[in-house]
Amino acid sequence: MKRFFGFVTKEFYHIFRDFRTLVVLFGMPIAQILLFGFAINTDLKDASIAILDNSKDEMTRKLSQKIISSGYFLLKENLNTTAEIEKSFQTGKIKEVIIFQEDFEKRFMKDGKASVQIIADATDPNNANLFVNYTSGIINNFQQELMREQKVPYLITPEVRLRYNPEMKSVFMFVPGIITILLMLVCAMMTSISIAREKELGTMEVLLVSPLKPLQILVGKVLPYVLLSFINAVTIIMLGKWVFGMPITGSYMLLLFVTIVFIIMVLSLGIFISTVSNNQMTAMLISMVGLLLPTILLSGFVFPTENMPLILEWLSYIVPAKWFIIILKSVMLKGLGIQYIWKELLVLLGMTLFLLMLGMKKFKIRLE
Amino acid sequence: MRTILFILRKEFLQIKRNRTMLPIIFFVPFVQLIILVHAATFEMKHIRMHIIDRDNSSVSRDITGKFRGSPFYDITNYSFSDKEGEEDLKKNKADIVMIIPKHFERNLKTESSGKIQLVINAINAASAGLTYAYTQSIILKYNLDLVTEWANLPSNVRTSSISITHSFWFNPELNYKNYMVPGILVLLVTLIGMFLTGMNIVREKEIGTIEQINITPIKKHQFIIGKLLPFWIIAQFELAFGLTLGKLLFNIPILGNLGVVFTFSSIYLLVVLGLGLIISTINNTQQQSMFISFFFMIVFIMMSGLFTPVESMPVWAQKINIINPVAYFIKVMRMVLMKGSGFADIKQQLISISVYAVVILSFAVWRYRKVS
Repeated sequence: MKRFFGFVTKEFYHIFRDFRTLVVLFGMPIAQILLFGFAINTDLKDASIAILDNSKDEMTRKLSQKIISSGYFLLKENLNTTAEIEKSFQTGKIKEVIIFQEDFEKRFMKDGKASVQIIADATDPNNANLFVNYTSGIINNFQQELMREQKVPYLITPEVRLRYNPEMKSVFMFVPGIITILLMLVCAMMTSISIAREKELGTMEVLLVSPLKPLQILVGKVLPYVLLSFINAVTIIMLGKWVFGMPITGSYMLLLFVTIVFIIMVLSLGIFISTVSNNQMTAMLISMVGLLLPTILLSGFVFPTENMPLILEWLSYIVPAKWFIIILKSVMLKGLGIQYIWKELLVLLGMTLFLLMLGMKKFKIRLE
Repeated sequence: MRTILFILRKEFLQIKRNRTMLPIIFFVPFVQLIILVHAATFEMKHIRMHIIDRDNSSVSRDITGKFRGSPFYDITNYSFSDKEGEEDLKKNKADIVMIIPKHFERNLKTESSGKIQLVINAINAASAGLTYAYTQSIILKYNLDLVTEWANLPSNVRTSSISITHSFWFNPELNYKNYMVPGILVLLVTLIGMFLTGMNIVREKEIGTIEQINITPIKKHQFIIGKLLPFWIIAQFELAFGLTLGKLLFNIPILGNLGVVFTFSSIYLLVVLGLGLIISTINNTQQQSMFISFFFMIVFIMMSGLFTPVESMPVWAQKINIINPVAYFIKVMRMVLMKGSGFADIKQQLISISVYAVVILSFAVWRYRKVS
């Protein structure tokens, strides 16, 4: 046991005496959560649009006013002819053009039908879809108000309640994601590289011929990172709470517990990666290809996994980050207890066990 | 010149004899393109709805029928208590709960107005906004038909309505692959360029072989060119490889001139490689170098507008993009490939990136010392 502690102490020295890595280790998550928390969002705000009003009557004026004052859109240009549309899209300054039909109000009153055409620049399809839907939403609202004013009978009013995130801040969506990504990077990459490093520099040989058992070497390697990652996780959660007003409605104990489970899971992933790579470059590339992009894309961090093609949805089940993000959202935002998340927790535990066994099995005690 | 060739040969041999490097260089573009391109969509195909119909009248049944018939909605559950709806939201089994209150039809007839409650899980604000917009428009459309029917208007007179038509230009089928492939390719090239150069020189430092190079008559510029050129070539090759894959697998449009793309990428790569070089000069171990590369990489990717729209970032964050090379390249790739822009259209980006390249490279060369 004393030997083991000696080894753990060595690992701590390794980390603490590498001042730069330490700064990066603690500074990076803080810088990132601040930057992303403030900068990254999918909220639609002040998108540049142009309006081509062929009618220029009271009603189109009101409707345009309503669209512009919604806060989602910013009127950049008033167009006069259809020919100008193409040109203003080409310059890239305009994302959407709204076209009112001629004699809009007259047609609306007389024929009972007037039409608006929305043209969106779909080079960014996600945004184009959002623009069109938001614009339609505003027009629909306008119409409902109009119906109320005109005392149209039999009016159905939808009343909406937005649960868990009433102000629709996208930070709520991103904080759990960022916590996950950072833990993933710090834990998995750090461990995999630190083991690969011993191999590359040849010091692994020294460890292997020492009386330490393989299990002790692995646990000793990982232990310092458990502590560091935990401190990191707590820092990020606190920043999320105090800087971005992320509510933590669930139990703190549960939150810390699931965080530790996830950290251990990711560390076993790191061990596994290190056993299949011989040098730091390989370990890094595997972590990068295998972890970074799937964690960003297949975890529901930015894009909901339910909307993906079926194969990718299945694939997302083996991305540990997906489960952890579900757990974080449930505990932090929905305030749920363990009875709601035990399934996800079991999945994480199962993955940990599997990876640890695999890592142990692949860990070579013989030299090549 | 001959010295540079020798260094180049050494570097290429090193890459070739590293068994893990070659597969990664070819494998990565495949994985990224095939898997990741499909993932990045906000498109709502399956809005999971829980319906609580307490009225159970012909109107309420008509409304639920509209949702059942819509291809966008999956009706996952029916119940009669708010609690069960709430539970489904908690368990992530439903995205929206629609509650039609008791006496809905009666109220609609007698008081001429009725209310439908929609409870939406808004953790993902963007999806919640879309869900609400879809649901609202379905209800409104039904409402208009209902008014026409009940008010007993003659069949040629309808309630006034504004019809909304929309069209998507430049990408009518909302094919987000066309949008993602250029961006993912930029990522690929940047990852390869920045990480490999960053780690390559540090590796020589860490293993100690840099000493051997330092004591040779190799000049500083020869060494730097010899170190950077292989990765410049590899990255350009990756770009060509990726574009070919994109064309073959996803049939992405290539409207503009590929010469423009490669001209831009050759300058862009100088910036990326220069950054890698700077990172490698200030670090001593691969671990450090890698972490710093990662830090910049994630910041560059997330800020670049690849996954989230640049327009919705605050102004100061958009300003940061002035020093984000990834943002420039993604923009140029999309403009050239999707809109067919030429040199004249990307002049501004081209100038910016050239200035950037000069600044970064001179700093890197100045910072690099042949002394350990």
